[in-house]
Amino acid sequence: MTNEVTTEILVAHVMELAKAGKRLDGRGIDELREVKVIPGYVNSADGSAYVQYGLTKVVCGVKLEPGTPFPDTPNAGVLTTNAEIVPLSSPDYEPGPPSPQAIELSRVVDRAIRAAEVIDLEKLCVTPSEKCWTCFVDIHVLDDCGNLIDAALLAAVAALKNAKLPSERFGLGETAPLHVAHTPIEVTFVRLGDTLIVDPSSEEEATCQGRLTIATDERGHICAMQKGRVGAFSPQDVLSLAERAEAHGNKLRELLHHHGHAHPGS
Amino acid sequence: MGNVGAKEIPELLDKDGKRIDGRGLNDLRPLKIEAGILKRADGSAFVEWGENKVMAAVYGPREVHPRHMQENTRAIVQCRYNMASFSVDERKRPGLDRRSQEISRVIADAFESVLFVEEYPRTSIGIFIEVLQANAGTRCAGIVAASVALADAGIPMSDLIPAVAVGKVAGHLVLDLRKEEDNFGEADMPMAMVPKSGRLVLLQMEGHMTRHELGTALEMGVEGCKKIYELQKEALRNRYAIARAEGAA
Amino acid sequence: MKPGYGTYRENGKIYASVTGLLSMRPPFVRVIPFAGRYVPQAGDTVIAVVRDVGSTYWLVDLRAYHYAPLHHTGTPWKIEYGECGDYLRPGDSIVVEIEGIDPTNRIMVTMNGEGLGKLTGGFIEEVSPTKVPRIIGKGGSMIKMIQEATDVKVVVGQNGRIWIDGPPDGILKARKALEIIDREGQRQGLTDRIKLFLER
Repeated sequence: MTNEVTTEILVAHVMELAKAGKRLDGRGIDELREVKVIPGYVNSADGSAYVQYGLTKVVCGVKLEPGTPFPDTPNAGVLTTNAEIVPLSSPDYEPGPPSPQAIELSRVVDRAIRAAEVIDLEKLCVTPSEKCWTCFVDIHVLDDCGNLIDAALLAAVAALKNAKLPSERFGLGETAPLHVAHTPIEVTFVRLGDTLIVDPSSEEEATCQGRLTIATDERGHICAMQKGRVGAFSPQDVLSLAERAEAHGNKLRELLHHHGHAHPGS
Repeated sequence: MGNVGAKEIPELLDKDGKRIDGRGLNDLRPLKIEAGILKRADGSAFVEWGENKVMAAVYGPREVHPRHMQENTRAIVQCRYNMASFSVDERKRPGLDRRSQEISRVIADAFESVLFVEEYPRTSIGIFIEVLQANAGTRCAGIVAASVALADAGIPMSDLIPAVAVGKVAGHLVLDLRKEEDNFGEADMPMAMVPKSGRLVLLQMEGHMTRHELGTALEMGVEGCKKIYELQKEALRNRYAIARAEGAA
Repeated sequence: MKPGYGTYRENGKIYASVTGLLSMRPPFVRVIPFAGRYVPQAGDTVIAVVRDVGSTYWLVDLRAYHYAPLHHTGTPWKIEYGECGDYLRPGDSIVVEIEGIDPTNRIMVTMNGEGLGKLTGGFIEEVSPTKVPRIIGKGGSMIKMIQEATDVKVVVGQNGRIWIDGPPDGILKARKALEIIDREGQRQGLTDRIKLFLER
């Protein structure tokens, strides 16, 4: 049982505003909240980033350790993504195993990283079938004010861009930056009646009739999609959202680039 | 007392009595506390202490879920201390391990003695601590942060609780251990104090100390706690005073 | 001196138990907290949200430490056993009055009375309950100023829930004004700041 209940008045007001193309916080329907990225936020990780989408706050830490390749991919390293929606991030905490929401978040972020081939897993192979690098991408949600998916992936990509392969530490050569080949950005939309808005706040998520996340990379490829919540999108909706996602993706890629590949201590 | 790897043991105290990071025996690491940084929590605080980065949030007093856990005459204090996978040198598996569970328990016990639990029967006060970056003394940083978070939430307490670890390196007692001192030193003693009474509500120790050393160590810890207490109060004043200073028009 | 709200006595001295403003009301020393959940007082008008339905009552959330039970007899309707859900459902917002706290710490509320009942339309802004006096202002001056500038009608709940209804732009402006007060309510010169903001 959650601790918060969506009131009928909130839902009615959000829907009424949406009909007029308006939103609760005064944003336009295609306007993102202020996005902040701080690469190298945590020096205990091999790569990290702190990201804010408005008041939503997440941290991602990347750690690379020697491991063994999977039997069916002897020439590749291992990538594993995990998102923790920790109790301090929202009053809806329930003790126990990861919630369906946390699991979905982990998998959606993982899918985008893998599909876009952010890192070339074959470059993480050390000795085929015997030794490889395992790349752990761990996302820690600190403040859930809506749209965790986009914030989590941006943090993951920024953390990977910021990461160094800790070869010296394990006697496997010289420490060097982790090579990041592609930069996917996820953009999430929700349906409020006939209006499709970008970057939902928690009130908009609670009210919506369907959610669609689209990941694009710098090549203009669509590399991952996820429809969530109860509701439907027409094929035309999907195409128009893909176009909007690409535009937002490009702007956010520029933001990431602007921050450069800042390494801790630089 | 930490993992002793194949690395060589660092020189913890140089010939001038300076520690590995240049500090004197009785010096605290730089400590920054910010209150009210999270939107959803009832109260929150972020602590940067040396190279520790610790976030604390408080929810409550609120209804207890599941219902059967509530107590009719008082609030239950629930504490969850957790380390992020990326917060330590060797990536930690997500979830509470036994160490985290133990620390959660001793921290909850510490706060129980200052919270007015009988004033809120059938409720829970939830204290959540997340360590984002660890460099020894995280449970102390967690307590320092959680105290401020509880005050930020407006939950009545008899006092804030400062905390610090005292240890021993190269035969000398030192205040506020950092990672290398914790891993390679001879003793580690985290403690938390209620300044108004001067009493300790958290005390743990691992290593070797004579009784005489213990006496000195306790004194050092108490003095360290007093300094930290001032920083906790300042963080709360800053939370509301910034607006006040600006508004003096 | 006696320890009043937000304080406690130990070893003959009175200490603050919360961070807030010192307020003397002899013989009581009080500290008015800057933050905290709503503390129910008999006579308060509050806006509650229905969270659960039972056979003869509802459980409502007042932003306090507990939910409060609203018995069907505390409404103007004649409700049969098991039919509470036909009248009020989880998610409904209602204006109720606090009757008091019983010896088992249960908060007693009623929806019988003038100005009490279910709310529809508009929007409910949430602020810290400690800021409600500033939102109302001396003799209602602050809330009146906001209403006149934005053309909205308002119900102020002592528990920090404020219902606003009117033209969408008016609602947005009123919400922003309330947010400023919530953020900076303990500051000097607040009235002028709000006046300036409303005139924009």
